[in-house]
Amino acid sequence: MKMYGKHRFHGKLFVVEGIDGSGKSTQVALLQKWLESEGYVTFFSEWNSSPLVREVTRRGKKKRMLTPMTFSLIHATDFADRTEHHIIPPLKSGALVLADRYIYTAFARDSARGVNPQWVRSLYQFAVKPTIGFYFRISLDEAMKRILGGRDAIKYYEAGMDLKITDDIEESFRVFQGRIIEEYEKMVSEFGLVVIDASQSIEEQQEQMRQIVTDALAGTKKTRIRKWLDLSTMVKKASRK
Amino acid sequence: MARFEYYGKKGLPKVDLEELKGKLIVIEGTDGVGRSTHIGLLKQWFENNGHAVLDTGMTRSALAGEGLKAAKEGHTLGWLTMTLFYATDFADRLENEMIPALRAGFIVLTDRYIFSQMARALLRGADREWIKQVFEFTLKPDMVIYLRVGVDDLITRVIQHTGFNYWESGMDLHLGEDMYESFVEYQTRMLREFDTMAGEYNFQVIETSPNIEEVFEQIKSRVEPLMAGRKPKSTVIVPVSTPG
Repeated sequence: MKMYGKHRFHGKLFVVEGIDGSGKSTQVALLQKWLESEGYVTFFSEWNSSPLVREVTRRGKKKRMLTPMTFSLIHATDFADRTEHHIIPPLKSGALVLADRYIYTAFARDSARGVNPQWVRSLYQFAVKPTIGFYFRISLDEAMKRILGGRDAIKYYEAGMDLKITDDIEESFRVFQGRIIEEYEKMVSEFGLVVIDASQSIEEQQEQMRQIVTDALAGTKKTRIRKWLDLSTMVKKASRK
Repeated sequence: MARFEYYGKKGLPKVDLEELKGKLIVIEGTDGVGRSTHIGLLKQWFENNGHAVLDTGMTRSALAGEGLKAAKEGHTLGWLTMTLFYATDFADRLENEMIPALRAGFIVLTDRYIFSQMARALLRGADREWIKQVFEFTLKPDMVIYLRVGVDDLITRVIQHTGFNYWESGMDLHLGEDMYESFVEYQTRMLREFDTMAGEYNFQVIETSPNIEEVFEQIKSRVEPLMAGRKPKSTVIVPVSTPG
């Protein structure tokens, strides 16, 4: 069993982290477009992506059955599946893996829920250490503005409503996300996260990311394959004929 | 001082160990060794003596039980994922079934605990320290009864009862040419792992035999000292004479 920091792959792993509304998903999507246009093979991986585990998580959330411990463990289970299926194989093949949320999301959320921070870290020891972990730093007020503008409702667990801080979901969200920011800030030096100031323009942030990724890719071979054999596209093409 | 403690330093959030008044008894042992039979007998015996019993077993959690079954059918999950899935199932049962029952003063009888999962993970390459850390939040039971059986006896029992199944034969590990050979090799390794854990976790080892009553007597004699002072005052039932 290979532990955090001990894996050796040809591929590289770039992850984006930050609270909801920090703009990290927009940034990682732009980064992927650019890397592909540069001729790299990329693979995108996101949080809660294991079909089997996701069903349990979804039900647990819907029925509000999750405690801080089981919330933590079910996400670790999902992440293990993601590691075994979607992170390690492409990294072995030499691809660039881009991950929207990674272990630091779990460390921040679970610790904010009162789970022992050291225990959560040991739980995820099997994770591959990213080449670069970007942290999109944003103030709580700014994030709240972006989220409340764009979505009708804040979700129960995202607001930390399970912690029974207050009945007011917006207030609970504010307190809980505030705790998560504190946890992220602690992790910047602990895990050497690269901070991007998410109050800048989208273009400015992307520019900085690309510069940092370019440096990290020095000497990495571009694989001149346009894409993986994209089965779904092939099937669509075939069925059109 | 609280009667219970955790295996590690890091326990469950929001649980006051002082409140746990019941007893936690674990029955461990490989498949086909008669765990459920003895749990049934123990439950009846405790209840006859006036103790309230909760019995619980693996993959019966409300949260993850169904998902785990589906995952096993498909054989698509890797061992790391399976290990954590089982840990989720276990945590759900610990927090939502066992701890509330212990708080209420029940005797909690559990069909397996964390040890089978730890052994399965270790056989598949899990790091020994890591797996211990994963299960740090686990309560130390009052007693772990390990029903031990030799591989030869086990084969006879499995053939008679359930037949070989994919996971219990370790088929995912490709240990032998067919299911039989794989089963023998896999279960031999499991038993070795259990023997190691028996020392480390202070198991009460009971060698099983086909004689159920004999085995049960041994289990009772190990459990009885635990119950000293917990027996309800014996009530003498005076038979009411019925005319005729």
